[in-house]
Amino acid sequence: MARALRLWLLLAGLSLAALLLALAVGSSTIAPQDVARLLWQPDASSDSEVLQRLRLPRALAAFGTGGLLALAGALMQVLLRNPLADPYVLGVSGGAAVGALLALLFAGSVLLVQAGAFGGALLSIVLVFALAQRDLSRVDTTARLDSAPRLLLTGVMLAALWSALITLLLMLAPEARLRGMLFWLAGDLGGSDAGGWPLLALAALAALSWPLARELNVLLRGAAMAQALGVRVVRVRRIVYVLASLASAIAVTTGGAIGFIGLVVPHALRLVIGNDQRVLLPACALGGGTLLLLADTLARSVVAPQQLPVGVITALLGVPSFIALLLRRGGTR
Amino acid sequence: MSAVALLLEARGLRVGAGTRTLIDGLDLQVHAGELWCVMGPNGSGKTTLLHTLAGLRPLRAGELRLQARAIASWPPAELARQRGLLPQTLHDAFSASALDVVLLGRHPHLGRWAWEDAEDEHIARAALHAVDLDALVGRDVTTLSGGERQRVGIAALLAQDPPLLLLDEPVAHLDLHHQVTVLRHLRKLARERGKAVLLSIHDLNLAARFATHALVLGPNGMLRQGPAESTMDEVVLSAAFGHAVARERVGARIVFVAD
Repeated sequence: MARALRLWLLLAGLSLAALLLALAVGSSTIAPQDVARLLWQPDASSDSEVLQRLRLPRALAAFGTGGLLALAGALMQVLLRNPLADPYVLGVSGGAAVGALLALLFAGSVLLVQAGAFGGALLSIVLVFALAQRDLSRVDTTARLDSAPRLLLTGVMLAALWSALITLLLMLAPEARLRGMLFWLAGDLGGSDAGGWPLLALAALAALSWPLARELNVLLRGAAMAQALGVRVVRVRRIVYVLASLASAIAVTTGGAIGFIGLVVPHALRLVIGNDQRVLLPACALGGGTLLLLADTLARSVVAPQQLPVGVITALLGVPSFIALLLRRGGTR
Repeated sequence: MSAVALLLEARGLRVGAGTRTLIDGLDLQVHAGELWCVMGPNGSGKTTLLHTLAGLRPLRAGELRLQARAIASWPPAELARQRGLLPQTLHDAFSASALDVVLLGRHPHLGRWAWEDAEDEHIARAALHAVDLDALVGRDVTTLSGGERQRVGIAALLAQDPPLLLLDEPVAHLDLHHQVTVLRHLRKLARERGKAVLLSIHDLNLAARFATHALVLGPNGMLRQGPAESTMDEVVLSAAFGHAVARERVGARIVFVAD
């Protein structure tokens, strides 16, 4: 418990440092002491305007989205008992993309795109839930196969369907709209006006999932063991499915289909701090947020005033560092 | 005998999987201090029976009471403090140290907000010691051999520390030395701490050596049960397995030899 607290404090400190960096860096640099002052006492300067209207909301959105993705990834990996699961594995991002692209094709206002994305994500969640009822609502403890193959397969199939629809929409789209659509698909926080909402959602979903954390630890050793130890497996699975799906849906609505964070942050943290979900889930929220915040800062400053899609940055930086971590840990076993 | 607590009682129990009825009309009474061995050929319903007795599967027919209370009416967490089950197959999708996996056995004893304390860790380490795993406390369970992983599972059940222990082929993957170590420990728990143990097993000689009672399942709904000494005879076992089994005496021990 004391170790967990120390770890969370460390990660929270890193988050604050990343936030300070994100607020200071951009097409114009603001000195750190000015950042602190302007945050509490905005004035009429252009720096203040940039900070309050542009950088702060975007930084909060980036942090919230990253935390949601990592949290959703960690929960999906437990739910499916599959280390390869990520927030999108059950088709949430595909549904969101179809909704968002439809909105971009016909209207294009930010609000409509977000509504489309969230609607599509929810539709996908409900479809998978309904189709995989048999997996979600029953536990056969004597089964030799313990994972949840039907749930996973249903999600993957739905994702394939969504991906076909996405291709279709891209083919049909007029040239002028294509660029915006591709940006959305790559994952981008530039168009977001969500501000602090994803952060609020992150706090709520992390708080709701944390009390289940020890039951998730038990669930990782198989449904039979969990059931025998008094875990209400069906109920816990359903709750985790809903929480993870909601987190993915909100994240994808805010930033598009940003890859990599949801898969790798939970794994990287597991390698470093172990697999106790009580420690891991809050750590994912903080670590995922920090990573995406840093990546987004890079995305908007490395070729400023041009912006890169943040999803590209997360993959370009994250893949090599994760492989390095894997190789290093692999050697010591 | 009336002073000995009746832990588990089945009446007219029917157990099945899918469309098949595996066991029908089973009356069973398991008391504190008894060590039951369940024997029978593959597919005779041993696993399904154990999971049913643990309250993890609905009854097809009959009644099942744990400490005089219908098994289905126990809340899961309370039930987990009264009976434990070692499943036959243990699945690991993620790494964890042996100690952490054994500590999961303490789950039913902890409140929602509680963390394992020094006492829980002491219990977990003692459980690992009982199955001779002191040297592997910190090892990742995904790197263990089949038999070692099996012993980690047994240790988790020991840490759970319920009055009734159900084990599905606990010694199947163990080497000779650890088969005897584990069964000795279970017998000690039954004799000295009044636990009731019910386990499925294929090794007739180990069963004959350690069981106080035997339950033999055979083809066509055959059921035999009673004190191990009188139940495990050539006729019953040969009929159950559909294979001639001879009973011999070697020194003070009874051994069974398959034809």
